[in-house]
Amino acid sequence: MINQENKMKNEDLQNIINGLAENLEFSEEGSEFLNVIVPKESLYNLCSQLKSKSDLDFDYAYCITGMDWGKELGVIYHLESTTLKHKIVVKVMTDDRENPTLDSVWDIWRTAEFHELEVYDFFGVKFNNHPGLRRLFLTPDWDGWPLRKDYVDEANMIVK
Amino acid sequence: MTDQEVNTKMKTEEYFVNMGPQHPAAHGVLRLLLTIDGEIIKNVEPDLGYIHRSIEKMCERDSYQQIVHLTDRMDYLSSHINNEAVCLTVEKGLEIEVSDRVKVIRTIVGELTRLASHQLWWGVMGMDLGALTTYFYAFRDRELINDIFEETCGARLTMNYFVPGGLMYDIHPNFVKRTKEFIAHFRTKLPEYDRLLTGNVIFEKRMKGIGLLTKEDAIAFGATGPVARGSGFASDIRKKDPYSAYNKVDFKEALFTEGDSYARYKVRIMEMWESMSIIEQLIDNIPEGNIKEPTKAVIKLPKGEFYQRVETARGELGVYINSTGTKNPYRVKFRSPGFSNLSVLNHISKGVKIADLVATMASFDFVIPDIDR
Repeated sequence: MINQENKMKNEDLQNIINGLAENLEFSEEGSEFLNVIVPKESLYNLCSQLKSKSDLDFDYAYCITGMDWGKELGVIYHLESTTLKHKIVVKVMTDDRENPTLDSVWDIWRTAEFHELEVYDFFGVKFNNHPGLRRLFLTPDWDGWPLRKDYVDEANMIVK
Repeated sequence: MTDQEVNTKMKTEEYFVNMGPQHPAAHGVLRLLLTIDGEIIKNVEPDLGYIHRSIEKMCERDSYQQIVHLTDRMDYLSSHINNEAVCLTVEKGLEIEVSDRVKVIRTIVGELTRLASHQLWWGVMGMDLGALTTYFYAFRDRELINDIFEETCGARLTMNYFVPGGLMYDIHPNFVKRTKEFIAHFRTKLPEYDRLLTGNVIFEKRMKGIGLLTKEDAIAFGATGPVARGSGFASDIRKKDPYSAYNKVDFKEALFTEGDSYARYKVRIMEMWESMSIIEQLIDNIPEGNIKEPTKAVIKLPKGEFYQRVETARGELGVYINSTGTKNPYRVKFRSPGFSNLSVLNHISKGVKIADLVATMASFDFVIPDIDR
Protein backbone atom coordinates (compact mmCIF):
# COMPACT_ATOMS: atom_id res chain seq x y z
CA MET A 1 0.00 0.00 0.00
CA ILE A 2 1.02 3.58 -0.56
CA ASN A 3 2.57 5.20 2.46
CA GLN A 4 0.72 8.50 2.68
CA GLU A 5 3.39 10.12 4.81
CA ASN A 6 6.07 9.61 2.19
CA LYS A 7 3.96 11.41 -0.36
CA MET A 8 5.07 14.97 -0.69
CA LYS A 9 2.37 17.61 -0.55
CA ASN A 10 1.76 19.77 -3.59
CA GLU A 11 2.97 22.85 -1.71
CA ASP A 12 6.32 21.23 -0.93
CA LEU A 13 6.62 20.07 -4.52
CA GLN A 14 5.89 23.55 -5.75
CA ASN A 15 8.53 25.05 -3.46
CA ILE A 16 11.22 22.71 -4.74
CA ILE A 17 10.28 23.00 -8.41
CA ASN A 18 9.92 26.76 -8.30
CA GLY A 19 13.65 27.15 -7.82
CA LEU A 20 14.57 24.97 -10.78
CA ALA A 21 13.66 27.31 -13.62
CA GLU A 22 12.36 30.80 -14.21
CA ASN A 23 8.86 31.89 -15.21
CA LEU A 24 7.06 28.73 -14.09
CA GLU A 25 3.32 28.95 -13.61
CA PHE A 26 1.65 26.72 -11.05
CA SER A 27 -2.01 25.85 -10.83
CA GLU A 28 -4.24 23.29 -9.15
CA GLU A 29 -7.51 24.59 -10.52
CA GLY A 30 -9.68 22.13 -12.40
CA SER A 31 -7.22 19.26 -11.99
CA GLU A 32 -6.40 16.71 -9.32
CA PHE A 33 -2.65 17.19 -9.84
CA LEU A 34 -0.24 20.07 -9.44
CA ASN A 35 0.11 21.62 -12.89
CA VAL A 36 3.31 23.35 -13.98
CA ILE A 37 3.37 25.39 -17.15
CA VAL A 38 6.94 25.77 -18.31
CA PRO A 39 8.28 28.13 -21.02
CA LYS A 40 9.43 26.03 -23.94
CA GLU A 41 13.04 27.25 -23.63
CA SER A 42 13.29 25.76 -20.12
CA LEU A 43 11.50 22.47 -20.86
CA TYR A 44 14.51 20.21 -21.27
CA ASN A 45 16.37 21.75 -18.36
CA LEU A 46 13.38 21.43 -16.03
CA CYS A 47 12.57 17.87 -17.07
CA SER A 48 16.09 16.60 -16.60
CA GLN A 49 16.11 18.06 -13.07
CA LEU A 50 12.69 16.58 -12.30
CA LYS A 51 14.15 13.20 -13.12
CA SER A 52 17.60 13.56 -11.55
CA LYS A 53 16.94 15.41 -8.28
CA SER A 54 16.69 12.80 -5.54
CA ASP A 55 13.88 14.54 -3.65
CA LEU A 56 11.74 14.66 -6.82
CA ASP A 57 12.79 11.52 -8.70
CA PHE A 58 10.10 11.63 -11.41
CA ASP A 59 11.27 8.49 -13.20
CA TYR A 60 8.03 7.40 -14.85
CA ALA A 61 6.24 9.43 -17.53
CA TYR A 62 2.96 7.57 -17.60
CA CYS A 63 1.11 9.69 -20.12
CA ILE A 64 2.28 12.12 -22.79
CA THR A 65 -0.52 13.95 -24.55
CA GLY A 66 -0.44 16.21 -27.58
CA MET A 67 -2.76 19.16 -27.27
CA ASP A 68 -4.27 21.90 -29.40
CA TRP A 69 -5.58 24.67 -27.15
CA GLY A 70 -7.00 26.57 -30.11
CA LYS A 71 -4.26 29.18 -30.28
CA GLU A 72 -1.31 27.24 -28.91
CA LEU A 73 -0.07 23.74 -29.60
CA GLY A 74 1.72 21.81 -26.95
CA VAL A 75 2.37 18.71 -24.92
CA ILE A 76 1.15 17.57 -21.50
CA TYR A 77 3.41 15.26 -19.49
CA HIS A 78 1.90 13.24 -16.63
CA LEU A 79 4.78 12.26 -14.38
CA GLU A 80 5.05 9.97 -11.40
CA SER A 81 7.80 8.93 -9.06
CA THR A 82 7.80 5.16 -8.56
CA THR A 83 9.85 5.52 -5.38
CA LEU A 84 8.33 8.62 -3.74
CA LYS A 85 4.82 8.08 -5.19
CA HIS A 86 4.04 11.72 -5.97
CA LYS A 87 2.66 12.96 -9.26
CA ILE A 88 2.82 16.13 -11.28
CA VAL A 89 1.63 17.46 -14.63
CA VAL A 90 3.98 19.50 -16.79
CA LYS A 91 2.60 21.52 -19.69
CA VAL A 92 4.53 23.19 -22.46
CA MET A 93 3.13 25.16 -25.35
CA THR A 94 4.10 27.13 -28.41
CA ASP A 95 2.00 29.65 -30.30
CA ASP A 96 3.80 29.08 -33.60
CA ARG A 97 1.28 27.04 -35.60
CA GLU A 98 3.26 27.15 -38.84
CA ASN A 99 6.41 25.54 -37.56
CA PRO A 100 5.88 24.45 -33.93
CA THR A 101 9.06 23.13 -32.39
CA LEU A 102 9.75 21.84 -28.88
CA ASP A 103 12.67 20.07 -27.28
CA SER A 104 12.53 16.30 -27.14
CA VAL A 105 12.75 14.64 -23.74
CA TRP A 106 13.30 11.13 -25.13
CA ASP A 107 16.70 10.71 -23.47
CA ILE A 108 15.16 11.58 -20.07
CA TRP A 109 12.17 9.24 -20.35
CA ARG A 110 12.65 6.70 -23.14
CA THR A 111 8.90 6.26 -23.47
CA ALA A 112 8.77 9.81 -24.89
CA GLU A 113 10.48 8.61 -28.07
CA PHE A 114 7.28 6.83 -29.19
CA HIS A 115 4.80 9.25 -27.68
CA GLU A 116 6.50 12.22 -29.36
CA LEU A 117 6.16 10.43 -32.68
CA GLU A 118 2.43 10.22 -32.02
CA VAL A 119 2.27 13.93 -31.15
CA TYR A 120 4.21 14.78 -34.33
CA ASP A 121 1.96 12.59 -36.43
CA PHE A 122 -1.31 14.13 -35.23
CA PHE A 123 -0.37 17.68 -34.23
CA GLY A 124 2.66 18.44 -36.36
CA VAL A 125 4.81 19.46 -33.40
CA LYS A 126 8.47 18.88 -34.25
CA PHE A 127 10.89 17.79 -31.58
CA ASN A 128 14.52 18.94 -31.52
CA ASN A 129 17.05 16.13 -31.04
CA HIS A 130 14.50 13.37 -31.55
CA PRO A 131 16.36 10.27 -32.86
CA GLY A 132 14.01 9.55 -35.76
CA LEU A 133 11.07 11.87 -36.31
CA ARG A 134 8.70 10.32 -38.83
CA ARG A 135 5.06 9.59 -39.51
CA LEU A 136 4.26 6.65 -37.25
CA PHE A 137 0.59 5.92 -37.94
CA LEU A 138 -0.11 7.91 -41.09
CA THR A 139 1.51 7.54 -44.50
CA PRO A 140 4.54 9.78 -45.18
CA ASP A 141 2.63 11.80 -47.81
CA TRP A 142 -0.38 12.55 -45.57
CA ASP A 143 -1.43 16.17 -45.81
CA GLY A 144 -2.13 18.02 -42.57
CA TRP A 145 -2.27 17.19 -38.87
CA PRO A 146 -5.56 15.43 -38.08
CA LEU A 147 -5.99 16.09 -34.35
CA ARG A 148 -5.57 19.83 -34.70
CA LYS A 149 -8.80 21.70 -34.19
CA ASP A 150 -8.60 23.45 -37.56
CA TYR A 151 -8.04 20.25 -39.56
CA VAL A 152 -10.52 19.74 -42.37
CA ASP A 153 -11.01 16.53 -44.31
CA GLU A 154 -14.30 16.62 -46.15
CA ALA A 155 -14.01 13.10 -47.52
CA ASN A 156 -13.32 11.13 -44.33
CA MET A 157 -14.70 13.19 -41.46
CA ILE A 158 -18.33 13.12 -40.40
CA VAL A 159 -19.08 16.44 -38.74
CA LYS A 160 -22.27 16.63 -36.73
CA MET B 1 36.92 -24.78 -46.95
CA THR B 2 38.34 -24.88 -43.48
CA ASP B 3 36.72 -23.01 -40.65
CA GLN B 4 39.39 -20.38 -40.83
CA GLU B 5 38.75 -19.81 -44.52
CA VAL B 6 35.02 -19.56 -43.89
CA ASN B 7 35.61 -16.89 -41.27
CA THR B 8 37.96 -14.81 -43.40
CA LYS B 9 36.68 -15.26 -46.98
CA MET B 10 32.94 -15.35 -46.45
CA LYS B 11 31.02 -12.40 -45.18
CA THR B 12 27.40 -11.70 -44.27
CA GLU B 13 25.29 -8.74 -45.27
CA GLU B 14 22.55 -6.82 -43.53
CA TYR B 15 19.17 -6.71 -45.18
CA PHE B 16 15.57 -5.73 -44.50
CA VAL B 17 12.67 -8.09 -44.04
CA ASN B 18 9.05 -7.13 -43.54
CA MET B 19 7.40 -8.98 -40.69
CA GLY B 20 3.73 -8.28 -41.20
CA PRO B 21 1.38 -6.47 -41.62
CA GLN B 22 -0.20 -9.91 -42.07
CA HIS B 23 1.83 -12.14 -39.80
CA PRO B 24 0.13 -14.82 -37.70
CA ALA B 25 2.34 -14.19 -34.68
CA ALA B 26 1.36 -10.52 -34.49
CA HIS B 27 -2.33 -11.41 -33.96
CA GLY B 28 -3.37 -8.41 -35.99
CA VAL B 29 -2.07 -5.95 -38.50
CA LEU B 30 1.30 -4.91 -37.13
CA ARG B 31 4.21 -4.32 -39.50
CA LEU B 32 7.71 -4.69 -38.16
CA LEU B 33 10.60 -3.65 -40.35
CA LEU B 34 13.42 -5.98 -39.37
CA THR B 35 17.05 -5.27 -40.12
CA ILE B 36 18.72 -8.65 -39.96
CA ASP B 37 22.12 -10.16 -40.43
CA GLY B 38 21.54 -13.81 -41.21
CA GLU B 39 19.14 -14.83 -38.48
CA ILE B 40 20.27 -12.20 -36.00
CA ILE B 41 18.10 -9.12 -35.51
CA LYS B 42 19.89 -5.77 -35.65
CA ASN B 43 16.92 -3.44 -35.48
CA VAL B 44 13.14 -3.60 -35.20
CA GLU B 45 11.18 -0.63 -36.47
CA PRO B 46 7.41 -0.81 -35.95
CA ASP B 47 5.22 0.76 -38.62
CA LEU B 48 1.75 1.34 -37.26
CA GLY B 49 -1.60 2.63 -38.35
CA TYR B 50 -3.05 -0.31 -40.29
CA ILE B 51 -6.06 -0.37 -37.98
CA HIS B 52 -5.98 3.19 -36.67
CA ARG B 53 -9.50 4.64 -36.42
CA SER B 54 -8.58 7.86 -34.62
CA ILE B 55 -10.84 7.10 -31.70
CA GLU B 56 -9.48 10.17 -29.89
CA LYS B 57 -10.74 12.44 -32.67
CA MET B 58 -14.09 10.65 -32.82
CA CYS B 59 -14.50 11.24 -29.08
CA GLU B 60 -14.34 15.00 -29.64
CA ARG B 61 -17.62 14.95 -31.56
CA ASP B 62 -19.42 12.35 -29.39
CA SER B 63 -21.27 12.57 -26.10
CA TYR B 64 -19.82 11.02 -22.96
CA GLN B 65 -22.18 8.04 -23.14
CA GLN B 66 -21.12 7.36 -26.73
CA ILE B 67 -17.40 7.43 -25.94
CA VAL B 68 -17.78 4.35 -23.75
CA HIS B 69 -18.78 2.32 -26.79
CA LEU B 70 -15.67 3.30 -28.73
CA THR B 71 -13.34 1.99 -26.04
CA ASP B 72 -14.47 -1.61 -26.56
CA ARG B 73 -12.73 -1.43 -29.88
CA MET B 74 -9.32 -0.63 -28.43
CA ASP B 75 -8.17 -3.59 -26.39
CA TYR B 76 -11.14 -5.80 -27.22
CA LEU B 77 -10.02 -8.49 -24.76
CA SER B 78 -10.32 -6.01 -21.88
CA SER B 79 -13.46 -4.31 -23.12
CA HIS B 80 -15.19 -4.24 -19.73
CA ILE B 81 -12.16 -2.64 -18.11
CA ASN B 82 -11.82 -0.05 -20.89
CA ASN B 83 -15.49 0.86 -20.44
CA GLU B 84 -14.90 1.15 -16.72
CA ALA B 85 -12.00 3.56 -17.25
CA VAL B 86 -14.14 6.03 -19.18
CA CYS B 87 -17.06 5.66 -16.75
CA LEU B 88 -14.79 6.33 -13.77
CA THR B 89 -13.35 9.43 -15.46
CA VAL B 90 -16.79 10.84 -16.23
CA GLU B 91 -17.99 10.00 -12.71
CA LYS B 92 -14.93 11.79 -11.34
CA GLY B 93 -15.87 14.87 -13.35
CA LEU B 94 -19.51 14.75 -12.25
CA GLU B 95 -18.49 13.91 -8.65
CA ILE B 96 -20.82 10.91 -8.60
CA GLU B 97 -20.18 8.13 -6.11
CA VAL B 98 -21.62 4.87 -7.42
CA SER B 99 -23.20 2.37 -5.03
CA ASP B 100 -21.25 -0.48 -3.46
CA ARG B 101 -23.27 -2.89 -5.56
CA VAL B 102 -21.98 -1.30 -8.76
CA LYS B 103 -18.42 -1.25 -7.45
CA VAL B 104 -18.48 -4.95 -6.55
CA ILE B 105 -20.13 -6.00 -9.81
CA ARG B 106 -17.61 -3.96 -11.80
CA THR B 107 -14.76 -5.62 -9.94
CA ILE B 108 -16.08 -9.15 -10.46
CA VAL B 109 -16.78 -8.55 -14.13
CA GLY B 110 -13.37 -6.90 -14.55
CA GLU B 111 -11.60 -9.90 -13.06
CA LEU B 112 -13.60 -12.31 -15.24
CA THR B 113 -12.43 -10.21 -18.20
CA ARG B 114 -8.83 -10.51 -17.06
CA LEU B 115 -9.23 -14.28 -16.73
CA ALA B 116 -10.72 -14.57 -20.22
CA SER B 117 -7.96 -12.41 -21.66
CA HIS B 118 -5.17 -14.38 -19.98
CA GLN B 119 -6.77 -17.64 -21.08
CA LEU B 120 -6.75 -16.50 -24.69
CA TRP B 121 -3.16 -15.29 -24.32
CA TRP B 122 -2.10 -18.65 -22.89
CA GLY B 123 -3.75 -20.48 -25.79
CA VAL B 124 -2.17 -18.41 -28.55
CA MET B 125 1.15 -18.25 -26.76
CA GLY B 126 1.46 -22.01 -27.04
CA MET B 127 0.27 -21.80 -30.61
CA ASP B 128 2.92 -19.23 -31.52
CA LEU B 129 5.56 -21.66 -30.28
CA GLY B 130 4.05 -24.55 -32.22
CA ALA B 131 1.96 -26.24 -29.51
CA LEU B 132 -1.54 -26.14 -30.96
CA THR B 133 -3.17 -28.12 -28.13
CA THR B 134 -3.04 -25.18 -25.73
CA TYR B 135 -5.42 -23.27 -27.97
CA PHE B 136 -8.18 -25.83 -27.49
CA TYR B 137 -7.67 -26.08 -23.73
CA ALA B 138 -7.86 -22.30 -23.36
CA PHE B 139 -10.89 -21.81 -25.56
CA ARG B 140 -12.78 -24.60 -23.79
CA ASP B 141 -12.52 -22.60 -20.54
CA ARG B 142 -12.86 -19.12 -22.05
CA GLU B 143 -16.16 -20.13 -23.59
CA LEU B 144 -17.68 -20.45 -20.12
CA ILE B 145 -16.80 -16.84 -19.26
CA ASN B 146 -18.18 -15.64 -22.57
CA ASP B 147 -21.42 -17.46 -21.80
CA ILE B 148 -21.70 -15.66 -18.46
CA PHE B 149 -21.13 -12.31 -20.18
CA GLU B 150 -23.57 -13.14 -22.94
CA GLU B 151 -26.29 -13.82 -20.41
CA THR B 152 -25.73 -10.61 -18.50
CA CYS B 153 -24.75 -8.11 -21.21
CA GLY B 154 -26.01 -9.72 -24.40
CA ALA B 155 -22.55 -9.53 -25.94
CA ARG B 156 -19.44 -11.67 -26.03
CA LEU B 157 -16.79 -9.25 -27.16
CA THR B 158 -17.85 -5.59 -27.27
CA MET B 159 -19.70 -5.49 -23.98
CA ASN B 160 -20.93 -1.93 -23.31
CA TYR B 161 -22.20 -3.04 -19.93
CA PHE B 162 -20.89 -0.15 -17.84
CA VAL B 163 -22.33 3.32 -18.31
CA PRO B 164 -21.41 6.61 -16.59
CA GLY B 165 -23.20 6.37 -13.24
CA GLY B 166 -23.38 2.61 -12.93
CA LEU B 167 -24.49 -0.36 -15.00
CA MET B 168 -26.74 -0.55 -18.02
CA TYR B 169 -28.88 -3.16 -16.23
CA ASP B 170 -28.62 -5.50 -13.27
CA ILE B 171 -26.79 -8.82 -13.42
CA HIS B 172 -28.68 -11.82 -14.73
CA PRO B 173 -30.28 -14.02 -12.00
CA ASN B 174 -27.93 -16.84 -13.06
CA PHE B 175 -24.78 -14.70 -12.83
CA VAL B 176 -23.72 -15.65 -9.32
CA LYS B 177 -24.44 -19.35 -9.77
CA ARG B 178 -22.65 -19.63 -13.09
CA THR B 179 -19.67 -17.60 -11.95
CA LYS B 180 -19.23 -19.90 -8.96
CA GLU B 181 -19.56 -22.94 -11.20
CA PHE B 182 -16.92 -21.49 -13.49
CA ILE B 183 -14.47 -20.80 -10.65
CA ALA B 184 -14.94 -24.34 -9.29
CA HIS B 185 -14.34 -25.69 -12.80
CA PHE B 186 -11.32 -23.53 -13.57
CA ARG B 187 -9.62 -24.28 -10.24
CA THR B 188 -9.32 -27.87 -11.45
CA LYS B 189 -8.35 -26.88 -15.01
CA LEU B 190 -5.64 -24.27 -14.38
CA PRO B 191 -3.24 -26.93 -13.02
CA GLU B 192 -3.71 -28.66 -16.40
CA TYR B 193 -2.21 -25.58 -18.04
CA ASP B 194 0.88 -26.03 -15.92
CA ARG B 195 1.09 -29.75 -16.65
CA LEU B 196 0.80 -29.17 -20.39
CA LEU B 197 3.10 -26.20 -20.92
CA THR B 198 4.81 -24.69 -17.89
CA GLY B 199 7.31 -27.42 -17.17
CA ASN B 200 7.79 -28.48 -20.79
CA VAL B 201 11.50 -28.63 -21.65
CA ILE B 202 11.13 -27.19 -25.16
CA PHE B 203 8.92 -24.42 -23.86
CA GLU B 204 11.31 -23.51 -21.07
CA LYS B 205 14.25 -23.38 -23.49
CA ARG B 206 12.35 -21.00 -25.73
CA MET B 207 11.37 -18.75 -22.82
CA LYS B 208 14.03 -18.67 -20.13
CA GLY B 209 16.63 -15.94 -20.51
CA ILE B 210 15.00 -14.66 -23.72
CA GLY B 211 13.80 -11.09 -24.18
CA LEU B 212 15.46 -9.71 -21.08
CA LEU B 213 14.05 -6.45 -19.76
CA THR B 214 15.51 -4.78 -16.68
CA LYS B 215 13.40 -2.99 -14.11
CA GLU B 216 15.02 0.38 -14.94
CA ASP B 217 14.21 -0.03 -18.62
CA ALA B 218 10.66 -1.12 -17.85
CA ILE B 219 10.07 2.13 -15.94
CA ALA B 220 11.89 4.31 -18.48
CA PHE B 221 9.96 2.89 -21.43
CA GLY B 222 6.67 3.07 -19.55
CA ALA B 223 6.10 -0.68 -19.76
CA THR B 224 3.19 -1.78 -17.58
CA GLY B 225 1.11 -4.82 -16.83
CA PRO B 226 2.59 -8.32 -16.81
CA VAL B 227 5.49 -7.08 -18.97
CA ALA B 228 6.61 -4.70 -16.23
CA ARG B 229 5.79 -7.04 -13.35
CA GLY B 230 7.92 -9.77 -14.91
CA SER B 231 10.81 -7.33 -14.45
CA GLY B 232 9.98 -6.44 -10.86
CA PHE B 233 8.31 -3.08 -11.52
CA ALA B 234 5.32 -2.95 -9.15
CA SER B 235 3.02 -1.25 -11.61
CA ASP B 236 -0.36 -2.70 -10.66
CA ILE B 237 -2.87 0.17 -10.57
CA ARG B 238 -5.23 -2.03 -8.56
CA LYS B 239 -2.67 -1.75 -5.74
CA LYS B 240 -1.23 1.70 -6.43
CA ASP B 241 -4.43 3.63 -7.05
CA PRO B 242 -7.28 1.29 -6.06
CA TYR B 243 -10.57 1.92 -7.83
CA SER B 244 -13.99 0.20 -7.64
CA ALA B 245 -13.80 -2.49 -4.93
CA TYR B 246 -10.10 -3.35 -5.14
CA ASN B 247 -9.37 -1.76 -1.76
CA LYS B 248 -11.78 -4.22 -0.14
CA VAL B 249 -10.22 -7.42 -1.41
CA ASP B 250 -7.07 -9.18 -0.41
CA PHE B 251 -4.80 -10.17 -3.28
CA LYS B 252 -1.11 -10.40 -4.06
CA GLU B 253 0.51 -8.43 -6.85
CA ALA B 254 2.23 -10.94 -9.15
CA LEU B 255 5.87 -9.88 -9.19
CA PHE B 256 8.88 -11.68 -10.63
CA THR B 257 12.33 -10.23 -11.05
CA GLU B 258 13.94 -12.32 -13.80
CA GLY B 259 12.70 -10.03 -16.59
CA ASP B 260 12.62 -12.75 -19.27
CA SER B 261 9.72 -14.14 -21.27
CA TYR B 262 9.29 -16.92 -18.74
CA ALA B 263 8.78 -14.40 -15.92
CA ARG B 264 6.07 -12.64 -17.91
CA TYR B 265 4.45 -16.03 -18.44
CA LYS B 266 4.53 -16.79 -14.71
CA VAL B 267 3.04 -13.38 -13.87
CA ARG B 268 -0.04 -14.09 -15.97
CA ILE B 269 -0.50 -17.60 -14.58
CA MET B 270 -0.28 -16.20 -11.04
CA GLU B 271 -2.69 -13.39 -11.93
CA MET B 272 -5.25 -15.98 -12.99
CA TRP B 273 -5.08 -17.56 -9.52
CA GLU B 274 -5.35 -14.15 -7.88
CA SER B 275 -8.31 -13.12 -10.09
CA MET B 276 -10.18 -16.25 -9.04
CA SER B 277 -9.45 -15.43 -5.40
CA ILE B 278 -10.75 -11.84 -5.83
CA ILE B 279 -13.97 -13.10 -7.41
CA GLU B 280 -14.47 -15.65 -4.63
CA GLN B 281 -14.10 -12.97 -1.97
CA LEU B 282 -16.86 -10.88 -3.54
CA ILE B 283 -19.29 -13.21 -5.27
CA ASP B 284 -21.22 -14.32 -2.17
CA ASN B 285 -21.67 -10.83 -0.75
CA ILE B 286 -22.78 -8.59 -3.59
CA PRO B 287 -24.41 -5.75 -1.63
CA GLU B 288 -27.83 -4.40 -2.44
CA GLY B 289 -28.08 -0.94 -3.92
CA ASN B 290 -28.82 1.16 -6.95
CA ILE B 291 -27.46 -0.17 -10.19
CA LYS B 292 -27.31 3.32 -11.64
CA GLU B 293 -27.00 6.77 -10.15
CA PRO B 294 -29.20 9.27 -11.98
CA THR B 295 -27.38 11.33 -14.57
CA LYS B 296 -28.75 13.89 -16.98
CA ALA B 297 -29.62 12.62 -20.43
CA VAL B 298 -26.97 14.95 -21.83
CA ILE B 299 -23.90 14.80 -19.62
CA LYS B 300 -21.84 17.97 -19.40
CA LEU B 301 -18.59 17.75 -17.46
CA PRO B 302 -17.47 20.91 -15.65
CA LYS B 303 -14.55 22.84 -17.07
CA GLY B 304 -11.30 21.12 -16.19
CA GLU B 305 -9.07 18.12 -16.72
CA PHE B 306 -9.83 14.62 -15.48
CA TYR B 307 -7.52 11.64 -15.40
CA GLN B 308 -8.20 8.05 -14.42
CA ARG B 309 -5.93 5.02 -14.56
CA VAL B 310 -7.08 1.41 -14.50
CA GLU B 311 -5.31 -1.91 -14.80
CA THR B 312 -6.42 -3.79 -17.92
CA ALA B 313 -5.21 -7.28 -18.72
CA ARG B 314 -2.30 -5.68 -20.59
CA GLY B 315 -1.33 -2.94 -18.18
CA GLU B 316 -2.09 0.63 -17.35
CA LEU B 317 -4.83 2.31 -19.32
CA GLY B 318 -5.05 6.05 -18.71
CA VAL B 319 -7.98 8.19 -19.78
CA TYR B 320 -7.39 11.93 -19.99
CA ILE B 321 -10.42 14.12 -20.60
CA ASN B 322 -10.13 17.87 -21.10
CA SER B 323 -13.53 19.52 -20.83
CA THR B 324 -14.59 23.07 -21.60
CA GLY B 325 -18.00 22.54 -20.02
CA THR B 326 -19.91 21.49 -23.13
CA LYS B 327 -21.58 18.17 -23.96
CA ASN B 328 -18.53 17.01 -25.92
CA PRO B 329 -15.03 16.67 -24.55
CA TYR B 330 -12.47 19.13 -25.89
CA ARG B 331 -9.75 16.51 -25.98
CA VAL B 332 -9.58 12.84 -25.01
CA LYS B 333 -6.36 10.88 -24.77
CA PHE B 334 -6.10 7.16 -24.19
CA ARG B 335 -2.76 6.11 -22.78
CA SER B 336 -2.87 2.54 -23.95
CA PRO B 337 -0.66 -0.12 -22.40
CA GLY B 338 0.11 -1.79 -25.75
CA PHE B 339 1.61 1.33 -27.31
CA SER B 340 4.14 1.81 -24.52
CA ASN B 341 4.90 -1.89 -24.27
CA LEU B 342 5.61 -2.01 -28.00
CA SER B 343 8.25 0.68 -27.63
CA VAL B 344 10.33 -1.75 -25.57
CA LEU B 345 10.44 -4.34 -28.34
CA ASN B 346 13.31 -2.85 -30.36
CA HIS B 347 15.39 -2.36 -27.23
CA ILE B 348 15.22 -5.98 -26.08
CA SER B 349 15.26 -7.69 -29.48
CA LYS B 350 18.65 -6.51 -30.70
CA GLY B 351 20.96 -9.47 -31.13
CA VAL B 352 18.35 -12.20 -30.74
CA LYS B 353 17.16 -14.62 -33.42
CA ILE B 354 13.96 -14.12 -35.42
CA ALA B 355 12.28 -17.11 -33.78
CA ASP B 356 13.03 -15.60 -30.38
CA LEU B 357 11.38 -12.36 -31.45
CA VAL B 358 8.20 -14.33 -32.11
CA ALA B 359 8.41 -15.93 -28.66
CA THR B 360 9.07 -12.55 -27.04
CA MET B 361 6.13 -10.96 -28.82
CA ALA B 362 3.93 -13.81 -27.64
CA SER B 363 4.99 -13.09 -24.06
CA PHE B 364 4.13 -9.38 -24.54
CA ASP B 365 0.54 -10.23 -25.45
CA PHE B 366 -0.05 -7.46 -28.00
CA VAL B 367 -3.52 -6.50 -29.10
CA ILE B 368 -2.99 -4.34 -32.17
CA PRO B 369 -6.17 -2.18 -31.99
CA ASP B 370 -4.97 -1.20 -28.53
CA ILE B 371 -1.68 0.05 -30.01
CA ASP B 372 -3.33 1.80 -32.95
CA ARG B 373 -6.51 3.06 -31.26
